[in-house]
This record gives sequence, structure tokens and C-alpha cells, in this order.
Amino acid sequence: MSSATATHDGGSASAAGSSEAPNYLNHQKTIRSWLLTLDHKRIGVLYAVTLATVFLIAGLLAIAVRLELFMPGETIMSNDAYNQTFTMHGIMMVFLFIVPSIPAILGNFVLPMQLGAKDVAFPRLNLASWYVYMIGGALVVTALLVGSVDTGWTFYTPYSSSGSMSVLYMTLAIFIAGFSSIFTGINFIVTIHKMRAPGLTWNRLPLFVWGLYATSIVMVLATPVIGITMILLFLERLLQIGIFDPALGGDPILFQHFFWFYSHPAVYIMILPAFGIISELMTAFSRQRIFGYKAIALSSVAIALLGFLVWGHHMFVSGQSAISGIVFSLITYLIGIPSGIKIFNWVATMYKGSVWLQTPMLYALSFLFLFTIGGLTGIMVGVLAVDVHLHDTYYVVGHFHYVMMGGTVIALLGGMHYWWPKITGKMYNETLGKIGAILIFIGFNATFFPQLILGARGMPRRYATYVEEFTFLHQVSTISSLVLAAGLFLVLGYMVHSLFWGEKATSNPWGAATLEWTMATSPPDPHNFTRTPIVTRGPYDFHLADEVFGPRHVGDGAGDGATSEPALPRETEST
Amino acid sequence: MGNSNGTVWLPEGASTVASEIDWLFYFVTWTSLAIMLLVVGGLIYLAYTYRRRSADDAPQPIKESKLLEISWVVIPTILVLLVFTWGFQGYLKLTVAPPNAYEIQATAFSWGWSFDYPNGASSNNLHVPVDRPVKVNMSSEDVLHSLFIPAFRVKQDVLPDRYSSVWFEATREGEYHLFCSEYCGTQHAEMIATVHVHSQTDFNEWLADAAMDEDIPLPELGERLFGQQGCQQCHSIDGTSGIGPTMQGLYMNDRLLQSGETVTADENYLRQMIIEPTAQVVEGYPAGVMPSYARLSEREINALVAYIKELE
Ligand code: HEC
Ligand SMILES: [Cu+2]
Ligand SMILES: [Cu+2]
Repeated sequence: MSSATATHDGGSASAAGSSEAPNYLNHQKTIRSWLLTLDHKRIGVLYAVTLATVFLIAGLLAIAVRLELFMPGETIMSNDAYNQTFTMHGIMMVFLFIVPSIPAILGNFVLPMQLGAKDVAFPRLNLASWYVYMIGGALVVTALLVGSVDTGWTFYTPYSSSGSMSVLYMTLAIFIAGFSSIFTGINFIVTIHKMRAPGLTWNRLPLFVWGLYATSIVMVLATPVIGITMILLFLERLLQIGIFDPALGGDPILFQHFFWFYSHPAVYIMILPAFGIISELMTAFSRQRIFGYKAIALSSVAIALLGFLVWGHHMFVSGQSAISGIVFSLITYLIGIPSGIKIFNWVATMYKGSVWLQTPMLYALSFLFLFTIGGLTGIMVGVLAVDVHLHDTYYVVGHFHYVMMGGTVIALLGGMHYWWPKITGKMYNETLGKIGAILIFIGFNATFFPQLILGARGMPRRYATYVEEFTFLHQVSTISSLVLAAGLFLVLGYMVHSLFWGEKATSNPWGAATLEWTMATSPPDPHNFTRTPIVTRGPYDFHLADEVFGPRHVGDGAGDGATSEPALPRETEST
Repeated sequence: MGNSNGTVWLPEGASTVASEIDWLFYFVTWTSLAIMLLVVGGLIYLAYTYRRRSADDAPQPIKESKLLEISWVVIPTILVLLVFTWGFQGYLKLTVAPPNAYEIQATAFSWGWSFDYPNGASSNNLHVPVDRPVKVNMSSEDVLHSLFIPAFRVKQDVLPDRYSSVWFEATREGEYHLFCSEYCGTQHAEMIATVHVHSQTDFNEWLADAAMDEDIPLPELGERLFGQQGCQQCHSIDGTSGIGPTMQGLYMNDRLLQSGETVTADENYLRQMIIEPTAQVVEGYPAGVMPSYARLSEREINALVAYIKELE
């Protein structure tokens, strides 16, 4: 894959790759060494495999949902089966996939490397988070085997306190999986504060690190709330104390407050790391510094904190007071503006750059398109009077899929392609990569755009069947979802293929300027770097990254990110 | 139903608030489209103009434009504050019912609706007069439900043990969908009723007719109630088994109960089943699914029993 070797050191590094230097993948080979590993990179890989499996299952459930909706009436399953299917799809996607996804996979792998650190601050806690997650996952499976959960991922009371007992396993599962988030959050915060390489000031942190930092704050502060809520639900069910169930003297609206007090900030847990990835991709593939570094970095943290004040926008028609509705709507708008500004910043980053349309960049550009639609439809459902009509319809379903899938999942895919050479030491097939990205883009839009129209026309969500007039749009959506699925399977296929038959990756195939590319081999050494990096420039100061682009601009910052000593990859090359 | 026309995005509006909400919806949609074109246009332009020409493209330092940054903060802020203001003005209109509104009592249950009118009439579809504000006071017998009439652009959650209300003024006669939009279990998707908007005279006629319970024979009233109260959603009258057993040929049949005893389905059995279905549960069917109908009047229960007796 000569087209991928963009950089001056690229060609020679691949020659060096043939000598089998020990790397984190091959220095120990037993299963035991994987299951007991304290290496953040290996834990990232463990998470990648686990989460890919969860995504596959939850995705197949989504296909089942779409097939059932191909026609009104019963198509492939009964009402009850349908209700359980969309519930499992939601629970698995939200709690077991999207919330952990980017931080657990790419955050774990990339964060310490971008900081120039050997590992995260608490490697044992890191491994524990994976095991805790696995216990949570096992409980979800138990809940499935014991009975059926059909409450929707929102568990609204009193429906959830009256159905089958397996809801209890599910709430317990979410409670436990929450700890995995908290562990990761604490770990990242401490790592970012304490383990930065010499010279890596806050102003020089890559934006992916800023995104993870903001996310970690939300994880640590918000996750306990969902934990407590689930415990209250559990206790109410088990001991019959009235908390949420009106039959016992409880208040069902209280549950909604608790639930959204977590679940809205959770939206930011899901999207902030995605913002970080997009910043990395837009800069690396534009070979240009990010437009408005400070604005992007600080607004992530601002969004994280303000995100705690808007939960009530999920409850405009639930019977909360009109005043609360108005206040929540206003704050929702204020928090929406920084996200919008980021979009403009990313687009402007290409200005005077050298835009390279490789697969990760295609994902970044489709993110900009899809997330803008997600954001603008969010503005729509934030308009109080209009939300009364759109609430709990397919418009909302379309909106949050544009944000969660068009945003987070697309960014995750972009990030996986971008860091794939670093993680695996192999290049995927670029042509198939582009075809996959385009298939996914088209399939996604054709699946979810019709849902926006369906919702505005009055189609309520969580309906196992529907009135005739909605048939056409549902069929478009179902057929397109198969295109989307085909795109995703294609990605899975060539990624797995590349593991065995892919070309060897050079240490910096994209010509990026952050430490994991400039200072480490692909795949990296077990200890990431053989020498502590010393940083003298910002993460996207490509014009100063002479180790990547040659000493064209002699002056300060000659050398790697940047020392006057030669960078690691070159040194290995010469040996 | 009237819903099938309208614009691409919205079903045809049939209430006084619809035009305002539709206007707001389209304002946001068109503005969004403009922003979208700006973003996508910029994106394509920049990606093309500055496309990579060779692997050796030198990175260029640039200066950021303060003017640009300020304008893309200020303009969106003004826009969202604008739609926020319009949105909450509309919302206030939706939440405050005019004092002279005609009041209807709605009861939601899993899975159906029952609407009660001031003169004692009751129906499981909503009948309202045109050009007159109507306020529906709602409560739920069990879990959360939500009353959603797309053509009127109104929606409000229905809660157990608490009243909530929704108001609208229909502007066009016709029939419209009424959906339950808060997930409530197995038949959530079938918890659909029809809104009939009548002229004032037709409405009065319907109302008088519906309230004539007193004068019609019991089995006929029973038949009507069987539909209105949602019994037919779970019980067939043609021998097929649904969520509950069929009513055909039930009277004086031997019934095997979950407790193991066998009883004869006489009048008292039928009455007991309607008032307290958990007291005796039929073998092969789930307990606790059928709601209690103890709220029906004595005459209505008698009517249902009389009707079931006739289903041979
Ligand atoms: C939500 C579904 C549901 C609705 C609505 C419902 N039922 Fe039932 N009904 C059941 C089920 C399930 C059973 C069997 C389990 C039991 O005995 O509780 C049953 C049992 C019965 C029986 C005893 C049948 C037998 O075979 O012995 C009668 C009589 C009956 N229902 C009458 C009514 C009437 C009259 C109404 C309306 C006023 C009604 N039901 C509404 C679900 C329903
Ligand atoms: Cu929210
Ligand atoms: Cu419902």
C-alpha cells in the first residue's frame, strides 16, 4: 500500500518493520497473558473485541425490529417479542455499547500514548473495569434467560415495576456496568493530570485527550445517579416500598427526573469523545492546525458541566410545570451553541490545508454531515411548542440515531480506521474502506431520514405495528437498513482480513503529528516509548513537525514533538 | 382518515394551534436546510480547493479570523433565542385552556381509552364539536399512557393517581387518529382510537344518542359497552382465542380454573369476572391481565352479562 505511505519516514520505516522487534502484541502470547494484562493497549483490545460482539448482537436486533416494521400488522414476530427486541436493542446499544465504546477502546489505547505516558495511572483498576463490565454483560444475558424485559431502555415506572422480575437483573446489570464507567473515568482524569510527558502543557494536549477528559468528568459525576436510581427501582420491587410506583404511594415522574438526570449527561459521555476523534481526523487529514483549539477544548468541558442542567427537556409533556419546561428549553439551547460552533471550526480547519480523502477522513466528513442533521433536529425538538407534537414519535428516534450513530458510531469507525495501523500494525484495504464508508453513509441516511418524516407525520415510537398510511416510509427505512448493515459487515470483513493478510503498517502512515504516531512503532513497544518524549510544540503544529515533514522550516521545535534528539521511529530504522 | 394529506412533513392540521406550530416547524426546517447547505457547501469547497496534491504538501501556518469566529457564535445564538421565544409562547398557548372550554373526562387503561361526557354518555372513541375549545381531563387506571392527536398537534402524558389535561379547538370536521404515545406494554401499538369532529348539531345528536343508555334494552347496551370498554380487544365473540378466552358459548359452560376447581359460567360467575377478574382465573390464561371493571354502573354490568349470555 504505497499510497498510504505519506511521509518521509514512511518508506524506510516499513523496511524496518520486517525485523521482528518485540511489540505489545507479540511479547507475550498466552491467553492468560491477555486476561491478566495490565497493559492499557491490551485492555483496549479486549474491550474492542467485547464491544464489537455487543454491537453485532444489538445491531442484529435492530435489523429484526426493522423487518417487523416492514409491514403493518404482525410481520415476523408478536407484539411481545417485538417489545422485548427493541428493549434489548436499546439497553445493549446504550449501556453496553455506546457509553463505553470510544473511551474504553480508543481511549484506553490512545490516551496514554498521546500523553507520552507508559500506561494509565491505575492499570489494575483499568483491568478491573473490564471485568466489572463483563459481569454486567453476563447479568444482561441472565436477565434474558430468566425472563423477558420489555420496558424499553428507559425503564419508565410504573410499567417497569409491574412487569416480570427479570427487570431486576437488568437494573442490577446496569448498576454494575456503571462501575466500569466510573473506574475508567477516574483513571483517565488522574492520568491526564499526572502523567503528561515533560513539556506537554494543557495547551498542547491533543483534542482527543480533552474530549476524554470532559467525558470522564461526566462519567464520574453522573453514573452514580443511574446506579442509585436502579437500586431504588430494585428496592421498590423487592421490598414494596413506594418510591416511584403510585400504587405504593410513589411518584412515577420522580423516576423520569432521576433517569434523565443521568441519561442526558450520558449523551455527552457518548458524544464528547467522538468530538475528540473528529478533531484528530480533521487535522491529520488536512495537515493543518485545528481552527479554534481553545474554543474546542474548553467548550467540551463547558458542555460536560452544563449538560447536567438540561434533563427536563425529555419531559415537556410529562406533566412537569410549564416554567420548568421553559427553563430547560432555554438551557438546552445555550448548550447547543458550542456544539454548533465546533462544526464550523472543523470545516474551517481544511482551509489552506492538504486534504487527503482517506477512509478515516471520509468518516470525519460524514460525521460532519450526519451530526449537523442530528444537531439541527435537536434544535427542532427543543422548540417547546413543536416538541409537544414530535415527542415520542419517530422524529425523536431519527434525531437520536443521527446523533448517536451518525455521531458517535461514525466517529468510532473513523477512529478505528485511523488507529488501526497503530493498534494492529497492519493496513486495511483502502479501496474497500472507501466503499464501506460510502455504503454506510448512504444506508444510514436512507434508513433514518424517512424516520424523521414518519415522526413529523405522527408515527409514535415503540409501535409493533402501525396504521396503513405509514407503510411506504417504513419500507424505505427497512430496505435501507440492510444497505447499512451490508456496509458494516464489509468493514468487519476487510478489517479481519487485514489482520492476517494486510500490509505491514509504517509507524506513521498518515503523517500525523501526535506522539503515538511520531514516537512509537506500529504496533507499539510494550512500554509504548523507548524514551520519554519531550514536547515542545502543540499537537497540530504541522509546520513545526520536522520529524514528519523534514526540516523545511528550521527554527524552534526542530525534532519530534519535539526534542533536538532524533525520534524513535527513525532510530529503529537505522538499526 | 384526514391525516393522509397535508404537506410532505406534516399531516394536515385540524386545530387552531396547528397553523402556528406548522409555521414554526417549517421555519426551523428551512433555516436548518440553509445552515446545512452552508456547512456542506463549505465542506465540499474546502475539501476540493485544498485537496492533497502530493505526499509532500507542506503544512502552512494560518491566522484565524476573529470576525468569522464571532459571526458564527452570534448568528446561531440569535437564531436559537428567536425559536426559543416563539416556541415557548406557543407552548403557553398549548398549556392554558380557555376558561369556557367544553370538558370531557378521559380514562386510559391498558389498552384502551374511555371518554366520559358531562351528560353521562361514554365512548371509547373521542367525539368533539368543531370550532369549540375542548378540554380533556385525563387519568390512567394503571401505567403511563399518553394522548396524542397528530392532526391537532397536541400530546400529553396520562398518569395514574393524578390528573393531567390537554385542550384543543378543532377546525375541521372529520375523523383523525388518536394514538397512545407513551410505551405501555403488549398492545401499546394498538391503543388507537378515532377522534370524530362533528358539527355542533351532529355532536349534540350523537351526545344525546350515546346517553340514551337508560332507554335501550340491556343486551344492546351490553353490545355497545363490549366495544366501548375495550373487551373486544382481548375477547372475541366468534370462538377464536385472543389474549383472553372467547365469549362465544361461554354462558353455562363448565370452566376449569387455575385453582383446579371447575365452575359453571352462570350469571354470577360472569359478574364476578367483570368486577374482580383476579378472584377466579381461567386455566391457560395469565392472571392480572384483565383490568377490573368495578367502576361500571350496576346497569352497565347487567347489560354486559346479558350480552354475553346471548353469545351462543
Ligand atoms: C386486557 C385484556 C382484557 C380485557 C380488556 C378484558 N378481558 Fe376479560 N379476560 C381477560 C383474560 C386474560 C381472561 C382470562 C384470565 C382470567 O380469568 O383473569 C379474561 C376472562 C374473562 C372472563 C371469563 C372467561 C372464561 O372463559 O371463563 C369474562 C366473562 C371476561 N373476561 C369478560 C370481560 C368483559 C365483559 C370485558 C370488558 C368489560 C373484559 N373481559 C375485558 C382479558 C381481558
Ligand atoms: Cu437530553
Ligand atoms: Cu401506550
